[in-house]
Amino acid sequence: MPRRGARRHHGIVRVTHWCAAALIFGMIASGLQIYRAYPRFGVRGGPYLPQPFQDRAFPEWARLGGWLAGGLNWHFFLMWPLMVIGGVYIAYLVASDEWRKLLFRPSDVRPAVEMQKYYLRLRKDHPPQGKHNGLQKLAYTFIVLLGALSVLTGWAIYKPVQLSWLTRMLGGFQAARYWHFWAVWLFVGFTMVHVTLVFVADPASLRAMITGWYHGRFTSDEP
Amino acid sequence: MSHRPNRRAFLAGAVGGLLSACGWDGGSLLRPRLQGFSRFNDWLGGALLSGSRVAPTYDPSQRSGSFPSYHISGMTPVLADPASWRLEVAGLVERPASLTLDEIRALPGLTYTVEHHCVEGWSAIATWTGLPFRALADSVGARAEARYVRFDSFDSGYYNGWDLEAALHPQTILAYEFNDEVLGPDHGAPLRVYAPHKLGYKLTKYLTRITFTDERPGGYWEDQGYPWYGGV
Repeated sequence: MPRRGARRHHGIVRVTHWCAAALIFGMIASGLQIYRAYPRFGVRGGPYLPQPFQDRAFPEWARLGGWLAGGLNWHFFLMWPLMVIGGVYIAYLVASDEWRKLLFRPSDVRPAVEMQKYYLRLRKDHPPQGKHNGLQKLAYTFIVLLGALSVLTGWAIYKPVQLSWLTRMLGGFQAARYWHFWAVWLFVGFTMVHVTLVFVADPASLRAMITGWYHGRFTSDEP
Repeated sequence: MSHRPNRRAFLAGAVGGLLSACGWDGGSLLRPRLQGFSRFNDWLGGALLSGSRVAPTYDPSQRSGSFPSYHISGMTPVLADPASWRLEVAGLVERPASLTLDEIRALPGLTYTVEHHCVEGWSAIATWTGLPFRALADSVGARAEARYVRFDSFDSGYYNGWDLEAALHPQTILAYEFNDEVLGPDHGAPLRVYAPHKLGYKLTKYLTRITFTDERPGGYWEDQGYPWYGGV
């Protein structure tokens, strides 16, 4: 049977995907510059919340802004287009009903386990899947929640007095800073797994995220 | 030797360059634009501030074990003759004033224990006592045209500009006590601005002069690129 391309990603998804990737990169780099000014978490005098980078500075190539004010100005600018992009993406998922193919639900636990078995070579054949497999649904649901966590903890440390209800809900100013910082490593971890799997498991998906057309080996089992 | 390793090194360098931020502040082209955009965030900070919303307060037993202090002078600024110190209040006011510390302390003061937020990311809880700025503005009769306040110090020209609304917030005080004791030289003796709704660098220490104005004053750090509003 001749391979035929399938329409995979709407233009809104492709544009928001690549914009978000660039903006998150800038947010992390400027965030690491800001982190340098006070590299620990906890009210003065301690105790400090545990993390492996206490009192350490990240190398210059990883930082954006040059100094604290530069990092802040980048961070407080990039946050706006990033929040807008995130809002547009969520709005598209809702309006197009696409969220049904992405949201991880209890019924996705079994397919996700089967998929994990396949990756661990405990299972030979690729489990049947729709547009996304169980693990992908888990990952793409997780990344949206992580984005929400980053935005909420970000606002909680940007305006801890005017939004004190939010800051208190997240455990206080220093706790919110702490979770905002951990979100960085979850983003980094996600990106590493995500990019690795694109190249190892399904390189055609990269082209699909650029052109919108998928010519790969995983044809959707859905109509 | 083939060209491959060179090409590979070039590609690696290019990718590395694209992926690295290298401490870039935006350069002469983008940096002013980023700072210009910061005015939008200043506007948002002012819009979020509400005179009826006060910062959470704490019990004095929750005070932090340490509270850093800083000044821009090489040595801690100290008055040569504390008795001759006066707070000058001038600008767009009906009755310019020159006040002694005793006169300021004789007026009804306000005490609160709040969390201090530094732009660097640290925070600390401490108790502050001082004269509400609003009471001072009332006594000198701030004129209707006044929209900003400029605070000057004797710390090597350090100064700050504030919007009048944030200055009139009920928790903005001219502090003369820190943790139940007379304000020491480390924390801006004899008088400093304090407010839990602004970042530390907006809280002018070693205060000498308050000027009501209709033109937005800058500030020591603000002029170098830090956000002007600095609200939390």
